[in-house]
Amino acid sequence: MNFTKTLAALAMTAALGTGAASAQVNVMLPAAPGGGWDGTGRQAFQALNDAGIYTGGVNFTNTGGAGGTVGLAEFLGTSTGQPDALAVFGAITVGAIALNNSPINLAEFRPVARLTAEYLVVAVAADSPYNTLADLVAAVKADPGAHPIGGGSAGGVDHIAVALLAQAGEIPVADLNYIPQTSGAETVTAIVNGTLTAGVSGTSEFAQFAEQGRIKLLAVTSAERRPNLPDVPTFHEAGYDVEIANWRGILAAPGAPDDNYATWVDNFTKLSQSDAWKAVLAAQGWEDYFLAGEEFGAFIAEETATQGQILKDAGLVN
Amino acid sequence: METFELLLHGFSVALQPTNLMWALVGSVLGTAIGILPGIGPALTIALLLPVTTALAPTSAFIMFAGILYGAMYGGSTTSILLNTPGEAGSMMTALEGNKMARAGRGAAALATAAIGSFVAGTIATLALTFAAPAVAELAFYFKPTDYFAITALAFCSVAVVMGTSRTRGFVSLFLGIAIGVIGIDTMTGQPRLTFGNMQLLRGIALTVVLVSLFAVGEILYVASRYRTTPGVMAPIKGQLWMTKQDFARSWKPWLRGTAIGFPMGALPGSGSEIPTMLSYTLERKLTKYPEEFGKGAIEGVAGPEAANNAAAAGILVPLLTLGLPTSATAAVLLAAFQNYGLQPGPFLFTSNPALIWGLIASLYVGNVMLLVLNLPLVGIWVQLLRIPRPQLYAGILVFAMIGVWGLAGSWVDLTIMLVVGLAGYVMRVYDFPIAPVLIGLILGPMAETQLRTALAAGQGNPLVLVSTPLSAIFITLAVLLLALPILLKRLRANA
Repeated sequence: MNFTKTLAALAMTAALGTGAASAQVNVMLPAAPGGGWDGTGRQAFQALNDAGIYTGGVNFTNTGGAGGTVGLAEFLGTSTGQPDALAVFGAITVGAIALNNSPINLAEFRPVARLTAEYLVVAVAADSPYNTLADLVAAVKADPGAHPIGGGSAGGVDHIAVALLAQAGEIPVADLNYIPQTSGAETVTAIVNGTLTAGVSGTSEFAQFAEQGRIKLLAVTSAERRPNLPDVPTFHEAGYDVEIANWRGILAAPGAPDDNYATWVDNFTKLSQSDAWKAVLAAQGWEDYFLAGEEFGAFIAEETATQGQILKDAGLVN
Repeated sequence: METFELLLHGFSVALQPTNLMWALVGSVLGTAIGILPGIGPALTIALLLPVTTALAPTSAFIMFAGILYGAMYGGSTTSILLNTPGEAGSMMTALEGNKMARAGRGAAALATAAIGSFVAGTIATLALTFAAPAVAELAFYFKPTDYFAITALAFCSVAVVMGTSRTRGFVSLFLGIAIGVIGIDTMTGQPRLTFGNMQLLRGIALTVVLVSLFAVGEILYVASRYRTTPGVMAPIKGQLWMTKQDFARSWKPWLRGTAIGFPMGALPGSGSEIPTMLSYTLERKLTKYPEEFGKGAIEGVAGPEAANNAAAAGILVPLLTLGLPTSATAAVLLAAFQNYGLQPGPFLFTSNPALIWGLIASLYVGNVMLLVLNLPLVGIWVQLLRIPRPQLYAGILVFAMIGVWGLAGSWVDLTIMLVVGLAGYVMRVYDFPIAPVLIGLILGPMAETQLRTALAAGQGNPLVLVSTPLSAIFITLAVLLLALPILLKRLRANA
């Protein structure tokens, strides 16, 4: 196995023309290069290095697909019991596991730290007759089928946010006409050309299109209004008891030795207080959403339960 | 006027020394692979995809654009001198060009091809510059039903037109669509055709299939028919420049070729082969020297060469403005955009103007570079054809495998490469066209998503599929394309 890994590293180096330092920690990034998880992992280790918390070598592996479940399955196979093996994952993974009937059980992994979050916004076309979230919910309630709502992949956080909103507005979740879109930009296009009545996506993705005057933002899923969107009310203000975030975090391998696990929890706790990390958060527009160790484990268990229930209510999981 | 300012800004990006260097690298590489038979721009860009992790997006796309244009220039050289098209788009060039070379007018043929490519490339780039921002706004009017109709038309045209029979065409097409279905269904999140294999959940990457079909399948085919006697290369004879009469006979075909190539390139499924065929047929009809056709008529080189370059610019219009890939090369470019987390479409013009306009400006720069590279230096380029075939193809095979490994470092991908490569060989032997497989794989998932979105938004009413004028027209055309030949045959039999 070690031999094949060496070969793999050699081939990668040859193909990419970049040198890989001897790795001391293996990090699984279960997404293609360039996405949010890829950025979270790479930026976190860059900041760990800049802040002098962890300056050893890092060996990243990108294995994308299926909300991170493909990468986590590979991580499970290669890293179980290893002392210094970490993986990035997030809210989307929780839903994807339930949806794909994936054999992965997040409780098997050791929870290191929850790092960042992004809140979601609901938007309609700039010339839409609906000006508040209540207007929209009332219209959807009257005829759910005729008011398609779009967002990210089925069972992802966008979909779950819509389902939670429907529950709060007493609309049967199974009646919703939710149409998944491949990207935030696609969602905006579909809202503007009238295919979708409304759409859901991350704040950073929709804010720019609202500035261009293509769409109106009706409400945001955070507890308080966002500093960069002072005019957009929260779901609570609009009268719906919904709060949800697209969070991202770090897991250690199942069966990782206690000493190493404690060191990594400690490293990321220090990271969360460092200036280097605060600079990364500001530059990337990510929310600080730090929670470490066993408390994070409890949070994952809670998310697994709520998301599983919602997906059942939406008729996506039996 | 705004476009002009944006373009000027684009030139300031394209003329930066590093970007100039990447344009040159792309142009040289593109010319080289255009000259070498069996390697195309799609394959080359696919193999270079791993560089996207190390290179800034603007530089990478400037290089890729150089490869795209360069291949169209280089392809003609092989067609003319060796009578083997270096590139699918140069097939028609071989017909007249090689006859000209054998008649001692090779230099004039090469010149009309290179200048025609330059003229067409420049005019088509101009058209792209001014059409693209307007087409981008169309994205806000095109509905899922319109996209579905466009893809349906593309499927019918590619399956009917390519290859020796429509049955073979449709078999190829459905094979491609089936490969495209593998993986997680984006609408419901359910795995399809994965057989419980975790690695297959992310689907089979287009680049893996493309490399397998073009590199493995093609090389096996060439090797199985390898003869130790190399093809006869016609020497470059005659004046290195065209005569006055050559010019007089070339300029109209150049313009007509451009007019055919640019819009055809923008339509899904037509690639660069169909516009060159159309251009050749048109020139043959319009010529004042019909007796020369088949014996080395310069119009038969000038028209198709202009058409294939214009088509190369044409494919960029739907790709950049709507995120709609219309050929294998465009699909690989789309994959490159996605590697950078960029989604081509109307928003790319506002969110990343430096990239888009830098890319468009670099097309003008690249065209000038390519003219210089191809016209006076053609004697150096043909030396490439002296590389012994066994070494060349073995080398390509090795690079193809490294390239596929470099994409994701996955053994499953290498296994798929072997299986699909063998399938590609069998398809070549039994005359199944390759292009419909790729079009099915590229547009299949898009057609499916748009169909389901349209039906979901229309609450299941199938009439929604012809509810807009555009979709009604395209669906009618697709049906006609399928039904007309059969109807005509019946009518003729009855008559």
